[in-house]
Order: sequence, then C-alpha cells, then structure tokens
Amino acid sequence: MKRRGGWLAGPYVVWMVLFTVIPMMLVVYFAFTGEDGRLTAGNFARLLDYGAVFGRSLGLAAISTAVCLLIGYPLAYVLSRESEAVRKSAMLLIMLPMWVNMLLRTYAWMSILENTGLLNQLLSAVGLPTLRIINTSAAVAIGMVYNYLPFMILPVLTVMLKIDKPVIEAAQDLGGNQATVFKRVIFPLSLPGVLSGITMVFVPSVSTFIISRLLGGGKTLLLGDLIEMQFLGNTYNPHLGSSISLVMMIIVLISMALMNRFGEGEEEVVVL
Amino acid sequence: MKKELIRLVDCSMAFDGEIVLNAINLTIHDKEFLTLLGPSGCGKTTTLRIIGGFETPTAGDVFFDGERINHVPPHRRRVNTVFQKYALFPHFNVFENVAFGLRIAKTAEPELEERVHGALDLVGLKGYHRRRVHQLSGGQQQRVAIARAIVNRPQVLLLDEPLGALDLKLRKEMQHELKDIQQQVGITFVYVTHDQEEALTMSDAVVVMNHGNIQQIGTPVDIYNEPINAFVADFIGESNLIKGVMHRDYLVSFAGRRFECVDTGFDPDQPVDVVVRPEDVKMSAPQDGQLRGTVNSVTFKGVFYEIYVDSPGFEWMIHSTTAPKAGDEVGLNLNPEDIHVMDRPDLFPEGAEAMTMEELDPEPKFEDGENGDQT
Repeated sequence: MKRRGGWLAGPYVVWMVLFTVIPMMLVVYFAFTGEDGRLTAGNFARLLDYGAVFGRSLGLAAISTAVCLLIGYPLAYVLSRESEAVRKSAMLLIMLPMWVNMLLRTYAWMSILENTGLLNQLLSAVGLPTLRIINTSAAVAIGMVYNYLPFMILPVLTVMLKIDKPVIEAAQDLGGNQATVFKRVIFPLSLPGVLSGITMVFVPSVSTFIISRLLGGGKTLLLGDLIEMQFLGNTYNPHLGSSISLVMMIIVLISMALMNRFGEGEEEVVVL
Repeated sequence: MKKELIRLVDCSMAFDGEIVLNAINLTIHDKEFLTLLGPSGCGKTTTLRIIGGFETPTAGDVFFDGERINHVPPHRRRVNTVFQKYALFPHFNVFENVAFGLRIAKTAEPELEERVHGALDLVGLKGYHRRRVHQLSGGQQQRVAIARAIVNRPQVLLLDEPLGALDLKLRKEMQHELKDIQQQVGITFVYVTHDQEEALTMSDAVVVMNHGNIQQIGTPVDIYNEPINAFVADFIGESNLIKGVMHRDYLVSFAGRRFECVDTGFDPDQPVDVVVRPEDVKMSAPQDGQLRGTVNSVTFKGVFYEIYVDSPGFEWMIHSTTAPKAGDEVGLNLNPEDIHVMDRPDLFPEGAEAMTMEELDPEPKFEDGENGDQT
C-alpha cells in the first residue's frame, strides 16, 4: 500500500544522501585506495602497527564508561526518588557545564590537574604528597568522565522515572524491602536506560581527541588523535585516516550490537 | 459478631494542607467483605492506602489485630493489595509475577510451585504460567494481580477499584468470582469502588464516604433501604429527593401535600429531606392519584422504562415496566413505607435552606469505565 504524504520525507532523503551516504562512501573509497589511487588493502595492513592505540582508546573509553555508570547510576536513582523541584534543580546543575564550551571545560581541568595545579596545591596544603596526573591516561579518563557523565545520567533517569509507581508499591506490598525492590524491580527495569547511557558515553569517548590532546599532553595517543594527524597533521594521509575511521566505526557497531543483544536478553528475564 | 481485625481511630489525612480524610473511625472484622464506596476524591483510596501502609495518617491511629501499625512499612504488614491498574511486573512472566512474594519470603521450591499453580487455578488461569504479562488481556492481567496477592495468604486483601478498567460484562463476571474467591480463601477483603452496584452485589458491609467523611456504614440492604441522609440516598441508586417538613410522627408534607409515613423521632415541624426510590412511585389514572402530573419523557432502559413526570413543584423520576406516552396525564401514589424521611445534614449551616442536590454532590454521575480516583 502506498502511503500518502510520503513525499514529505523527500528533503530528508536528499539530506541524508548528501551528508551521510555520500561521505560514508567517500570514507570507504579512501580507505581502500592507496596514494596512487589504486585499489588496495594496504591501509588496513598498516593498522597493525597502531594496535596499541586501538587498545588504549577502547580501554580508556571502557574505563570512563564504567566510571560514568558507577557515578551516574546511583545519582539517577537518588534523583528519581526526589521531589520534582529538587530533581529539576539538580538536572540544571548537571546540564549547566554542558553549555560551557568543551575546550574551556577541558582547559579548566588542565589547571586543576597540573603539577602545580589546584589539586596539588590543595594536597600540599594539607601535607599530603603531590600527584602526577596531568599528561597521563588517568587525566584523559577524568576529562572523559567529566564531559560525558550527563549522557549517562539523563537516559538512566528518564527510564527510572517511567517505571510505574504502583509497580514499585506492589513490590513493597509483596514484602520487598528497599534493597529487594531495587534488585528485583527497579534495576532490571532500568537496564534499557543503562544501555543507551553506555552507548552515549562509550562512542564519543572512543573517538575524542581534544581531551587526550590537552590532558594527555600528546603522550596518550588515541584513535581520534591518530585520525586527526592523518588529515591535519604533517603525516598527511587521508587513506590511512579513512581506514582507521572505518575500523573504529565497525568496532563501535559490533560493541553496540553485542550490548543490544545482551539488553534484549535482560528484558526477557525468565527465572523459570 | 466476628473478631475485630482492623480499627481506624480518628484517622485524618491532609495533603498540602488539604484535608482528604476527616477523623474517620472504622472497624473491619475478620473474614468480612467490606466496601469503601464514594465519588472520586471522597477519601476511599486514601483509607485503603493507610491500611496498606503506603500513607501514614497525619492524625489518628491504625490498629491491626490490636497492635498500632501507623509506622509499619508495607512490606511488614500482613495485607496485600490488588492495584487499580494491576501494576504487574513487566519484566517477569505470569509465574514469576505470582511467585514474587513467595520468593522474597524464601519459600522452598516445591511448595512455591504448588502455591503459585494453586493461586493461578483459583483465578482461572491454569496453564498461563509461562505467558508474558503483556500478552494477556486486561481481565487476565487483573486475575494475575489477584493471584499474586492471595498466594501470600494475607490476612487482609485490599482491592483498589480492581475492576475499573474492565468492560461491563467482564466486570459482572469478576464481581461474582471475587466473592467466590473471598469465600474460598476465607480472608478479609477491603474493596474500594465508586460503583454502587458493585458495592451492593459483593459486600457484607458498605461504608459510604464523601468529602473525607464516613456518611453511613451498614449492610447493602440497610444502605439501600434506610439511607441516613440525602447524599447516601442519591449515591446508592437513583432517587427522588424532595425537601419537606416533618409535622409529627407518621406525618410529613412535601410536594404540596401531606403524606402518611412510617418515620418517627423528629422535632415538631422539622425541615427534612424526603427520598422516594423511582421504582416506588406508582402510576394510576389521574383521578386516583395522590399527586397529579404530566408525563415529560419516557426512555426505554431494558428491564424498565425511565419516566419523568412533571407535577407542581417537582419532577418525579419513575421506573416502571409499563410506559405511558409523553404528554399523558397520570396520577402518582406513594406507600407510607416507601417514603424515607431523613435529617437534613448540616454540611452548609449558613445556607442550609438553599442547599440543593448539586451542592451536596458536586461530582457528576459515574459512568462505566470511569476510574480516576487517585486520592
């Protein structure tokens, strides 16, 4: 059956072809051609040299996603039980830094984490040994967590707020104390939010380059930095850059597919 | 009389300064089917939630089996609730929904299975244990909710308009089933509804509530035949409500005429409300009637006709199996025992003369399917 009004989608189809499909094809084209313009898989062979960068990128992204979950989930749970007024002001505070330019936020972290920065000044003031954080992976992870934490809190909170209050009351009514109600009802029902939160933190964490540049001091090269170097750096090589991008995209897609499969399994909890 | 199980003493509840429950006193007996009946906002659901432990009364005490339980949380009360919109766990199948309480109580597996299947059997859902909750119809979900509650063998089952979301036919079936279930498991049911027919059909005792106050407590027959005031009379079934004056025992005047009645104990010439049920107004030839009137409208209602008759100063509603034609002159007759005389409630002391039924009952009549009572 032909749907009426289908032409309304026209402009969006044009848009997507122009700005999604064609660029994607260009990336694929560059990835599979050499500098001489001939078809080759050589770019992918060279990726083996960058195994460490792939490993570090995925590892750091996984760590910061885990930390975001650890901080964000309990916060979302607490906020979901608060009154609407408290929740709204807390949300405002969580969102507020996102409206400040990301460079500015990251520079601020530089001045906090520097060897003579705020953190170390504070530590020496109370007589503790200072820490070397700036230009380490830890600094990069801190930057990622700070920048992407709201993307974990928001989806988890949204899903938690959607849980029917009578469903929670029913669990209490049937003998569940707070811990049991959480374990057997709230947590399983909040998993879809956790999954989208993980996606929304993990994907930008894998591909970030500005955070690692500023807080990692160029010592912790990530995939994003590597790609940037191929396009803007003095090692100009868009073919290699495209192949890195393509592989990264595939890795992200595979992890998301795995996550979703896991998620569906969780939603269908059947203890029988 | 049966053993007393739950007692509310001067229980009040206020949300944001608005009084929802006004110092009510209520005793619920063991193995009783008690219904809290009233329009939305009357405080019936709040009363149920106080018993269930979801609200703590702002004043007054709640006793269960002689023990004060004001601050005992829901999970430590020996009552279970069937919620208005079922509130089943969407991530569990039918079996796990029903087994929820037993698993928390760490019931051994063989006993757990036996009891879950027993409960599903009782509500007529044998063989449904592997179904997913969202694959069930509304009626089936409601049965799961009932099974999930009674499988824990509570001493009291609280039901918050459990049939509100079902269609009329299913609702009638479930009314009888609920009564059967209550008798089979032999526990106390506290049932909340705004549907007077439901209340009359199932209950041992009916508590009529309005504006946070209990209006009347009694058996369905008492409540219907001897309503204590105009609100109860109007809420329980249809009625003709007329203002009158009680001259002395057995003599009342209303609608411009004196009538013999069976009521006693009023002050001389006390203003009263008079209630006559529509089925108790008998029509006759005009010259044989105590009152005369003109038929205004006739509506076929299935078992009876609903007839409105204009007589001087009052429009009578009559239910009759025979129908005159609109415009006919008819006579109306009332038997003394069908005239119910009641005190005019002092709800609006300053304007009592001007009080009309609309002021007494500002809520519209409740149609089937209405279930918006959240208070």
